[in-house]
Parts: sequence; structure tokens; C-alpha cells
Amino acid sequence: MDNIPYGRRFPVRSAAGSFNKQAAGLKNPVIAELNDVWVGYDGKWVLKSIFLNCNAGEILGIVGPNGAGKSTLLKVIIGLIQPERGSVSLFGKKPGKEARLDVGYLPQISHAERSFPVTALDVVLMGIYSRIGLFSRPGRKEKEIAMDMLSRVNMAELAGRPFGVLSGGQQQRIHIARALCSNPRLLLLDEPSTGVDSVAQEDFYLLLAKLRDENGLSVIMVSHDIGVITSHADRVACLNIEVHYHGEPDMCISDEVMEKVFGKDLKIMVHDSKCATCHMRHEDV
Amino acid sequence: MEILDFEFMQNAFLAGFILSIVLAVVSFFVVLRRYSFIGVGVAHSAFGGVALGSLLGISPTLTALGFAVIVSNAIGYVGRRERLSTDTAIGIFFALAMALGVIFIGLSDKYNTDLFGYLFGNILAITRTDIVVVGVLGTIVLLACNFFFKELLFVAFDSEVAFVSGMPVVFLDHFFLTILAFAVVISIKIVGIVLVSALLVIPGAAASQVTDRYAPMIAVSIGVALISTIGGLIISYYADLASGATIVTLASLIFFIMFGVGRLRKRQRGASI
Repeated sequence: MDNIPYGRRFPVRSAAGSFNKQAAGLKNPVIAELNDVWVGYDGKWVLKSIFLNCNAGEILGIVGPNGAGKSTLLKVIIGLIQPERGSVSLFGKKPGKEARLDVGYLPQISHAERSFPVTALDVVLMGIYSRIGLFSRPGRKEKEIAMDMLSRVNMAELAGRPFGVLSGGQQQRIHIARALCSNPRLLLLDEPSTGVDSVAQEDFYLLLAKLRDENGLSVIMVSHDIGVITSHADRVACLNIEVHYHGEPDMCISDEVMEKVFGKDLKIMVHDSKCATCHMRHEDV
Repeated sequence: MEILDFEFMQNAFLAGFILSIVLAVVSFFVVLRRYSFIGVGVAHSAFGGVALGSLLGISPTLTALGFAVIVSNAIGYVGRRERLSTDTAIGIFFALAMALGVIFIGLSDKYNTDLFGYLFGNILAITRTDIVVVGVLGTIVLLACNFFFKELLFVAFDSEVAFVSGMPVVFLDHFFLTILAFAVVISIKIVGIVLVSALLVIPGAAASQVTDRYAPMIAVSIGVALISTIGGLIISYYADLASGATIVTLASLIFFIMFGVGRLRKRQRGASI
């Protein structure tokens, strides 16, 4: 633990939850760690010398412009992309099949799915598929679990609706419910604000904070929206091929870092804990 | 009924019935996975196999099956590489298999009129042995789809998410491509290589216009395929038209009707909200 160079340390959250008991048994609270990771594509580096860690029970926000390598970074963490140099550890192991079972992944909302002939409940049930094994179909027990997860994200009433007619925010909650079915310890979110209106966004981040506090769930989310990341993440990493900042959002992110990440012509208002609206929201949680 | 007096028509109806169900189920996944063009490529690759079979004097169905399985899996393999899109892979293998077919025909010293039947379907050519082949291969396809239904559905919904949650995505991809090849081969004699891809797309596409859940979509897809095949065979018999072309024309007609119905329903639903 002492070798963690930066960031807030989360020993074990005091809120009740089964995960906390599990976390208490863990020696190392770092659940995902990237050590000098380099990823190249077509002779160009997409990620350069990335050192990054995510602790148990925290929301880590990764912010950067388009093409900064954010989605690539998420894929490296779950082992969808192998780095050319450096090492990745997920729950203390190489990100393989076993480690992936503890990860819930939410891709960017894609409109291609709109006409897919499934209900909200069907999508949630997909989260249980790998647990019930080949040849068998989800039965009553699995449906009960799925309904329970839908209730946890306040979507039980819409269980029978076709997935495609739901709004972006509702679809996102369904995806969260699906991911929760496998009892993940870590959620990876790719641009969670895409296609979601601001009210639904607020509700969504409150839900994430609730899951973090009650279940000890860790979250890594990437976004180009610095406002969203700084007001909802416990720690922030600014990424543009390299990591330019890795720390708490309350601390001032220097103009120099912002310029490196987003370029020169950008004016940003960074939220902090003194920000009135954010402060209220933190209290609510 | 006079039409059923002929043994070849009995055979055609029986084969048509089985392959309608098989193609409808496969078509469900083809449409959801956006594999329509893969269907075209695999179907045309069977031509190379048929030509090789007739050159070597062995069962063209067997060689067509071999060609289709190899080409569909090769498309899947090459398409997964980062530097090539599936689209490009199909374009290459499709042309290669057709070119090999032409070379094999050239090497064969006899002009084989049967090849035309393979390209456009020939119901007169369906034998009792063919029915057995269609029955066995069709059953394998249907059982495979049933056993791996939830896995294939998840991968079609989002293959990346399916992979992260522990699904053997690469295996399932190749598994489905092999099933697709089987489905293509059993349809060749009735609809022909050139037109079979239409039946791999239209039933599922038509059903998707009027349904929004997977069970009804599969049911409607089977209905569309059955009406097109059986109806097409009857029309082609009485009007003396090519069976494959009639089946595909009827199927397309049903698609346009369902497309219209789907648009109308959407508009009504929109008005009621």
C-alpha cells in the first residue's frame, strides 16, 4: 500500500455491504493497476507510458479529448487490447477470463441497438448468461435476480418494454442492472454521458455513488466531459495519449495540464467540493 | 391435388418446408448480426465447391459444403484482423471461390448442364437422397441454434460486452458461420446459389419490421419463409416460372408489405403517445 504514489487511499468503506467484508480480506486495495503501459497502432503511440491505478471503492474518472486513447485504455484494463510494453494488473492478476468475471463493462451507447428485439428484462438477463452455462436457459430464479437488479436501478416497471424504445438514460440503467447481475467488483464506463439528458445524468451519477457506498463497487469511467468527471469522480486522471494529471478533482488542475490535454483554446471551470450544487449533491448521497 | 401427383413436387415441397424453417431461424441471426453480405459471399463460394465436385465426379453437395464452411470461417478470421474489414474479406473470398469454380468448369471436359441448376435452383433435380441430406443438415442447424441460442443472442446484441462477461465470442462467431454455410448448402437445389442469400435475409428482415421481441420475430420469420417457399413453388408450377426466382420475388413482396405495416404501426404508436 505504501508504494501507491498518489491519490486518496480507501482502506475499507464503513458503509455496510458484502463487498466490504471481502475487501477487508484483501491486502492490496488497488484493484486495477497500469504500469508503464504503451499501446501503438499503425506506427503511432495511442497510449504512452501510462501509470494509473484504481483503488477499491472509488470512482476514478479519466478525462480527455476525442482520440486521447480513453476507450483504448478501458480495453487495455479488461484485456481486450494487449499493450506492447508495460504491465496491467486487474485484481492482482493479468486481465484474463477469470478476472473479467468480476468486471461489469458498459460500452458507449450505440444507436445500432435500437431495433434489437429484446425487452429491458432480456438485456438484464444477459448479465446472468455466463453463470448458467451452455445449453440452459434462464429460469424463474434468474428472472427474479434480474428483476431485483432492475429494482435496484429503479427500472422494474419498465422490465417488459422493448429495449429500443427506452431513452438513453433508461438504457444506461438497464446496462448497469445487467452488469450488476454478475456481482462485479469493478464497473467500466465508456462515455456514460453520451445520449443522456442532464437530469438523467445527475440521477445516473447518484446511482453510481450509491452503489459505491453501499456495495463498495469501484468505477472507472472515461469521458471527454471534464465537468462531469470532476464533479462525480473521487480521483481524476487527465489523459491525452499520456497521463498529465492523476489525483483528486478538488485540487486545482493546472492550466498547463489543461492545455496539454485539451489544447490552448479551452476555458474550463473546474468543480470542487466548495461548489454549491455539487456540495448539495454530495450531502444527498 | 394434381400438383402433388408428381414425385418431384412432393420432394420439392418437403425440402422447401424443412429449409424454410432452417433459413428463417438462421436469417433471424443474420439480420441481427448484420451478416447479410456474408450470406451472399458464402452462397457464391458454394459455386466453386459444386464445380469441383462435378470435376472430380464426387457429390457436389459435399464439396459445396466444404467450400462454404472454409470460406465462411476464412471471412470470419480475416475480418477479425484489425487491418481488414469483414466487407473486404467477403469481397476477396467471394471472387476467389467463383474464379476457382470457373477454372474447375474449364478443366472439366464435359459441359455440365447441371451447373445452371445449381446457380438458379432446379426442383426437378431434388431426389429422395437430397431430402435426407436436407433433413439431417437442417436438423443439425436447428439443434445448434437451439443449444446456443442465448449465447448467439448475446453476441449479436453486443459482442464486446459478451466477451467481457465471459462468452467465448470467437468460438461462437465461427460456430455461427459454420451453421450459415450448412444452411446455404441445403438451399442450393431449390433456390440456387445466386438467390439463396435473399432467403438468408428477407424472412428475418420482414419479421423485424413488425415485431420487437425475439420469440415473435423468429415465429414471423418462419411464417414468411414458409409462405414464400411453398407459395413460390405452387406459383412457379402453375405459371411455369423458375422456382428459386419465384420464391425470392414472393418473399420480397412480403417484405415490402411488412415494411409498410411496420411504418404504419410506428406512426400510429407515435400519434398515440
